[in-house]
Amino acid sequence: MIEVNNITKTFDGHTAVDNVSFTVEEGETLVLLGRSGSGKTTLLKMINRLIEPGSGEIRINGRSTQDGSPEELRKKIGYVFQNTGLFPHYTIAGNIAIVPRLLGWDKEKIRKRTYLLMEKLGLPATYLSSYPHQLSGGQQQRVGLARALAADPPILLMDEPFGALDPITRVSLQKDFKELDELKSKTIILVTHDVQEAFELADRICLMDKGRVIQAGEPRELLSHPADGYVKDFFDDQRFLLEVKMMDPLDHDALIDAFNHFKNRGN
Amino acid sequence: MEQTQSLWQFMRQESGKLLQQTFEHIGLTFISLLIAIVIGVPLGIYITHRRRAAGAVLGSAGILQTIPSIALLGFMIPLLGIGPLPAITALFLYALLPIIRNTYTGINGVDPLVKEAAVAMGMTRRQRLFKVELPLAFPVIMAGIRTATVINVGVGTLAAYIAAGGLGEFIFGGIALNNTNMILAGAIPAALLAILLDFLLSLVQKMGRGKRRTMLWALPFIFLLFSSFYVLPLGYSSRLLAGFTPEFMGRSDGDIGLRVVYGLKIRTVVISDAVMYKAAFEKKLDVISGYSTDGRLKTYDLLTLDDDKKIFPPYYAAPVIRQEILEKYTMLAPVLNKLAGHINDSIMTELNYKVEHLGQTPEKCARDFLIKEGLYKDPAPTVEGTIRLGSKIFPEQYILINMYAMLIRGYTGLHVDTKTGLGGTKICFEALVNNRIDMYPEYTGTALLAILHPQTEDVHRLGGDRDSVYNYVKGHFVKEYGLTWLDPIGFNNAYALMMRRSQAQQLGIRTISDLAIYLKKNKL
Ligand SMILES: Nc1ncnc2c1ncn2[C@@H]1O[C@H](COP(=O)(O)OP(=O)(O)O)[C@@H](O)[C@H]1O
Ligand SMILES: [Mg+2]
Repeated sequence: MIEVNNITKTFDGHTAVDNVSFTVEEGETLVLLGRSGSGKTTLLKMINRLIEPGSGEIRINGRSTQDGSPEELRKKIGYVFQNTGLFPHYTIAGNIAIVPRLLGWDKEKIRKRTYLLMEKLGLPATYLSSYPHQLSGGQQQRVGLARALAADPPILLMDEPFGALDPITRVSLQKDFKELDELKSKTIILVTHDVQEAFELADRICLMDKGRVIQAGEPRELLSHPADGYVKDFFDDQRFLLEVKMMDPLDHDALIDAFNHFKNRGN
Repeated sequence: MEQTQSLWQFMRQESGKLLQQTFEHIGLTFISLLIAIVIGVPLGIYITHRRRAAGAVLGSAGILQTIPSIALLGFMIPLLGIGPLPAITALFLYALLPIIRNTYTGINGVDPLVKEAAVAMGMTRRQRLFKVELPLAFPVIMAGIRTATVINVGVGTLAAYIAAGGLGEFIFGGIALNNTNMILAGAIPAALLAILLDFLLSLVQKMGRGKRRTMLWALPFIFLLFSSFYVLPLGYSSRLLAGFTPEFMGRSDGDIGLRVVYGLKIRTVVISDAVMYKAAFEKKLDVISGYSTDGRLKTYDLLTLDDDKKIFPPYYAAPVIRQEILEKYTMLAPVLNKLAGHINDSIMTELNYKVEHLGQTPEKCARDFLIKEGLYKDPAPTVEGTIRLGSKIFPEQYILINMYAMLIRGYTGLHVDTKTGLGGTKICFEALVNNRIDMYPEYTGTALLAILHPQTEDVHRLGGDRDSVYNYVKGHFVKEYGLTWLDPIGFNNAYALMMRRSQAQQLGIRTISDLAIYLKKNKL
């Protein structure tokens, strides 16, 4: 469980994250949603202390992240970057093995784990001895995910993990992501500015603007009970698609309701 | 005329020396490089996290880099004396900037996203440095080391100026002796060495990660091995240490004559004459090969050893002038000959001392002397043509040329145009032959050995006699070049071995034979 309590971060007088609090339950996927510059990345990086919080407190399983060294904290938290951040001078196998090696796993255990992850992420084992630049963007992102999962951390932080991919690759990766059993038990915080993606992947959404959480809740809740005009406007463009997504595909009446609603609004 | 020996023949003949100099050169390059890496890379790493220190460190290293190498070596002498220590220090300082700068830019140039990913995965500073930053900066750091290597091979040639050996001995000896083969025998291996080392390091730079790791373990040992090539040029070990100029080392009447005729066995280093006298004074050297009228003899209280077996040919100075001019202005010869008989060795030494040590201008020195000798006359009005005087670049020639200019102005109606600073013998002589100047003071021995190049038997036949050499030179100059030698001025600026007066007296050494006997009796 991750508890974020009254976290604020200021850069040179500009408040990037403003008194934010939320909780992520174990095994839950929380999506930080918001426009560019709303403070999502800053907030995410404070959780594994890539950025030190200005004020407030973050607890993981009841323990403050400020207890102990940041290195120990980070080794227990997987982190996925938008542009992979793979080591260009390491092979794929080497990249995946980084954290296990830091943790001192033996070679055989690392090897087994690497093969398993490659298989689960749909990457041919022949790539293990390749270098990152020899792989496509989608494949690199899969390796980035494998690297974050390598030491089986209970927590995963993901910053726009599909943001740099073309739409087709993105959809296929999102689908695999949802089905990956490795992720079922993990506590995940995922950052995105893509509303569709948020609704696709989130158990709960935190909608952020100007460093503040505007509304937090299940996707359905945000759609049906927007806290204010900002939230309502935020979803308006894609409301139809989102409502369809929320629906039981067999519930005909609801589908027609939604369509009529959409049509009338259009007038 | 010039012996037509090919470069290849020269290199084979001198292969022993060539090999030794090459090894010394490699050694010098690598010792200084090794120290520069050991200090420069950590320093480069250190400043990547300290903006302000970075500016200061890179700035100072940059300033060091702009000091001309000769000047830097000059600064080193008062601090560290002569020999390997100042040479290595100077080379080290030159190698420092490219290594620090490339380490700094290499590490700063690593993709910040990759650096952040390393942090995010829980790597410590140390782990990031050794697993991410250094490996990714490696090609850039290697490029810096390559630059430093090439600089060191080049600047390393100057080590020969301060008795630290290397290929510069051939290069500067060759320049002094006007011996192209000798110059090339030093310059070509030095250039090849630079190219070869650069190429080998470029292979290391481009190595894959696996091979590179092996290489990184091997590299320090390779560097140490190369560094050990630098064994001081120890000919013999002896109680006294000699410092000879590259020129002296290379000519038959120099070091070779000492060994063959006198059986002199002395430990010898090669050194530039610019620092030699001072080094003798400071007891860094005991015996040096100087010029017998050099003012520094007096400055540093050195004693000229008597050349009792006459191996050094006479170097009597006299004006050499184009015959055409003598015929055109018939009053000229008697005027120029006025100086003859007025200056002996000790007077010339005294005059040189005034200019070199007391800082008098050659003009004042010349005027004072002419006045004292009753030869000075105020300039007469110009009525006729111009005579062009030339000189080599050292004080004695400046003094003489000033005296001649004053005599001509005082006693003839000729206008005088002086072209001082015509480098060495070759440049002056070529200028005279090609009608760019009309006259310059030359030395009989130089004319004999550096211009006429007679057969060895002829040189022996002349036997170092003052008059026979003068007559031989005079005859050949008229016949071959249409140049006339006027009367000798009187002093003999020959090669000479010199010692500190106090030491020579203490050891009872007056002649070169005494020195040879002393060394034989007091072997180590
Ligand atoms: N290191 C920093 N220094 C100064 N300002 C920063 C820094 N990082 C982020 N910011 C500012 O903080 C705000 C939030 O940035 P960020 O967290 O990256 O937003 P998001 O990820 O939602 O696009 C932006 O205005 C950004 O310019
Ligand atoms: Mg962001």
